[in-house]
Amino acid sequence: MQQHLPILLIITPLVAAPLCLLLRQRIAALALALAVCWSTFAMALWLLEIARNTPGGITYQLGGWAAPWGIEYHVDTLAGLMLVLISGIAAIALSFAPRSIQDEIPAGQHYLFATEYLLCLTGLLGICVTGDLFNLFVFLEISSLSAYALISLGRSRRALTAAFQYLVMGTIGATFILIAIGLMYMMTGTLNMADMAERLKRTIELREQTVVVHQTRTILVAFAFLSVGISIKMALFPLHLWLPNAYAYAPSVVTGFLAATATKVSVYMLLRFVFTVFGVQFSFQTLPFDVGLMALALIGIFAASTTAIFQTNIKRMLAYSSVAQVGYMALGISFASENGLTGGIVHMFNHALIKGGMFLAMGCLVFRLGSVELTDLRGVGRRMPLTMFAWVLGGLGLIGVPVTAGFISKWYLISAVLERGWWPIAVLMLLSSLLAVIYIWRVVEVAYFQEPPETDPPVQEAPLALLIPTGLLIGANIVFGLWTTLSVGAAGEAARQLLGASP
Amino acid sequence: MTHEQHIGWALLVPLVAALLTTLNGTRPNLREGCTLVCAGALFLIIASLAGHVFAGARPQLTLLEVVPGLAIAFRVEPLGMLFALVASGLWVVTTCYSIGYMRAHHEGHQTRFFACFAIAIFAVMGAAFSQNLFALFLFYEVLTFSTYPLVTHHGDDKARRGGRTYLGILLFTSVSFLLLAIGWTWVLAGTLDFQEGGILTGKATPTVLAVLLALYAFGTGKAALMPFHRWLPAAMVAPTPVSALLHAVAVVKVGVFTVMKISVYTFGTGLLQDTGISLWLMYVAGATILLASLVALTKDNLKARLAYSTISQLSYIVLGAMLANSWGVIGGSMHIAMHAFGKITLFFCAGAIYVAAHKTEISDMRGIGRRMPITLAAFFLGSLSVIGLPPFGGSWSKWFLALGAAEAHQVALVAVLMISSLLNIAYLMPIVIRGYFFPAGEEPSRSEVKEAPLLCVIPLCLTATCGLALFFFADTIYGWMLPIAPLVVTTP
Repeated sequence: MQQHLPILLIITPLVAAPLCLLLRQRIAALALALAVCWSTFAMALWLLEIARNTPGGITYQLGGWAAPWGIEYHVDTLAGLMLVLISGIAAIALSFAPRSIQDEIPAGQHYLFATEYLLCLTGLLGICVTGDLFNLFVFLEISSLSAYALISLGRSRRALTAAFQYLVMGTIGATFILIAIGLMYMMTGTLNMADMAERLKRTIELREQTVVVHQTRTILVAFAFLSVGISIKMALFPLHLWLPNAYAYAPSVVTGFLAATATKVSVYMLLRFVFTVFGVQFSFQTLPFDVGLMALALIGIFAASTTAIFQTNIKRMLAYSSVAQVGYMALGISFASENGLTGGIVHMFNHALIKGGMFLAMGCLVFRLGSVELTDLRGVGRRMPLTMFAWVLGGLGLIGVPVTAGFISKWYLISAVLERGWWPIAVLMLLSSLLAVIYIWRVVEVAYFQEPPETDPPVQEAPLALLIPTGLLIGANIVFGLWTTLSVGAAGEAARQLLGASP
Repeated sequence: MTHEQHIGWALLVPLVAALLTTLNGTRPNLREGCTLVCAGALFLIIASLAGHVFAGARPQLTLLEVVPGLAIAFRVEPLGMLFALVASGLWVVTTCYSIGYMRAHHEGHQTRFFACFAIAIFAVMGAAFSQNLFALFLFYEVLTFSTYPLVTHHGDDKARRGGRTYLGILLFTSVSFLLLAIGWTWVLAGTLDFQEGGILTGKATPTVLAVLLALYAFGTGKAALMPFHRWLPAAMVAPTPVSALLHAVAVVKVGVFTVMKISVYTFGTGLLQDTGISLWLMYVAGATILLASLVALTKDNLKARLAYSTISQLSYIVLGAMLANSWGVIGGSMHIAMHAFGKITLFFCAGAIYVAAHKTEISDMRGIGRRMPITLAAFFLGSLSVIGLPPFGGSWSKWFLALGAAEAHQVALVAVLMISSLLNIAYLMPIVIRGYFFPAGEEPSRSEVKEAPLLCVIPLCLTATCGLALFFFADTIYGWMLPIAPLVVTTP
């Protein structure tokens, strides 16, 4: 079984998804989905353990077809870490779902929710596991289409327009990625990532001139399409416009799950393309990819954090905060140094835990209050102390207070900047985390300092079925702030692999 | 019990106190009993550890290494030991006072109050014993967040605004300056450990070091160096026991303690003296001493006046750290202890007057000495200690600081210290004079003696007496601090 783990990880949720559809029964479908998610998580943990102990990572050839011809799955430390992250968040968020979707999604659609959720999980896991470019596109579409459907399940009718907006933007992004893959296939004749990285460095005869493949205009255009396409998918400023509405109007569980995984997987794609396929040399020395990425990241951090301060819908506020946090990840990547990449990857991991936990806490609030407007949160700190405490702990993580996971990633990013001697950027980064203080504290003041409105019966603490998954993610935020052997260890390894794979 | 276990217990006991307090929220007597027992236990632990540390032991404890190079580790040295001793001793006294004050005043949310108080003490112990800058920063921030609920205790609009200033300034300085400086030190030196002689010698140009020192000095917002001092008066919205222990002793002293540690163990006093990068910061500290005293003169609210007095006194310690010669370091360290006893007495008295007579403004306190003779007597003793007149502890630390300034040939700074003492007299003595010699006006009960509850009065008498007693123990403290002084000086 051990050598078939990479495919089992994908096949299990993929097969379970139509089964949920056939079951058509709320409890059975959710139970199956839950079992699948948790077993996927277990497999992912196992796989990461094996991948970290196998030099060069695990490869799995689908149907036994050898690499450049057949589809190859490749799991190195980075992919393994992503798989653990995605399946872990999926499992915890789905444990939150049964109680949470009772109010938010009509009971008749619960089995559809389970189906789409599993499909989305399949797609996200697939993107991380595959070593084949076209296969990656297929998984991207699976995850995106199911994500649109999941978002449209939201209670308010605005969820439909939000999903449509995301559909349009997401499709443009995916199409750009497909165009880029097509162009690259045209020039190299291969779809296998490792093989393509190799072939991009070769020379070819073009109009009686000998040129290196990756210096041809076609590849440059492909690179441009890719970076724009992926930037849309990862909601890098200024291509983030789909995200705030999508997160704000989706059902709570869906927001928690997608916020923690979907954009992270796009960051993963960026890392794969930039480092594994194109190589550091091409991306950062031939092309000024680092400068562009850094500029967008910094502007994005400030613009999105500032926008977050002015939001009255707290889910939207957190969504803008997500856009800002994507900026930190991009910033880490743009340094193309070991500490920078480690910081970027660790932040991907840590932010997923923080934001996942905070959105689940929002789910608890929705469950009891039915609203996420700031004015409806008056005095909620007294009525729902545990939920708000979890929310505040998550908020401290966003700010980057020591002891929380957010501090670890910030520390790596700062040392990466200072290593280069770019202290103005370090100052900007630190100042930007103060913007997080402002938008978090706005909520704290309303929740703790204002009198709760008189309702009959008074608002109660969220049920344990919701509190436990929220607590798990928020607790993980503290655990990974103190014990970093897994997160920083794997991220550092992944950073070295990415930089070493393409000198 | 080994020394290492002592450190562990010193951190654990306040946390246990917080836990027991929370669990016994509905039984006030048991809850406060637990806090008191834990405070006593902590003091005994610290006191028994102190004996070893001042005898030359340097116990160490590594809790965990968060990422390679960043460890939550502890190493007890004389400066931290003295600070922990003062803070834990005063925690016992303040707990008694809090019980009296909070009950007499019928304050709400007392469970939260005592729990957060214990967590704050935990953070102070962690900071005092920290072995490296990372651990120090961590506990520094824990302290900021654990005291926020205490500052905003009343939960009204005024508390919310005060809390905003408090958190805003402390986080702004610590995140944008202190963390930057720590990161920079890490990149330059490759370590964050506190080492005798510092870690930065030869690692950077004087210009970079000067910027770094400024980042540390201003980044430690808790040291309240102007212009980042506004949080301290803002924190006065808290109940008086909080102002007394946290904003006269624990929190602010963590700030100056950090500056002192950085001066002695990160830069090294030799480096500071050789490069002269701390000169302009001495003048900033000198300016803060004078300006804060002048502002104190204008304040009619007693707690606000005391807050500005604290800002001024904190800069004495910063000045000592920046002088970086033996007298400066010893005087500064000693002032941590001396000022603590003087200022906590004054705050206790302010709280007692508020509880017994409901007065907060100095202009209303005419004749208060006739109603509350003991309290005002203690206030008088505390004032003398803060002013630094013999026979009070405060006189020694000021004397050493003046010697330090003279040794550095900074005549202007010697003058600043002298003028500041005069200003201290000018803003503290009128309160006493007004209380004793002015007629009480239209008060119906002017001849009646009405002191605050015993649990308030006893602690303030105790701390006032300690301020007096410290005058005779200055030699002991001097001996304790000798190991961290740059050059061994034979006699005071």
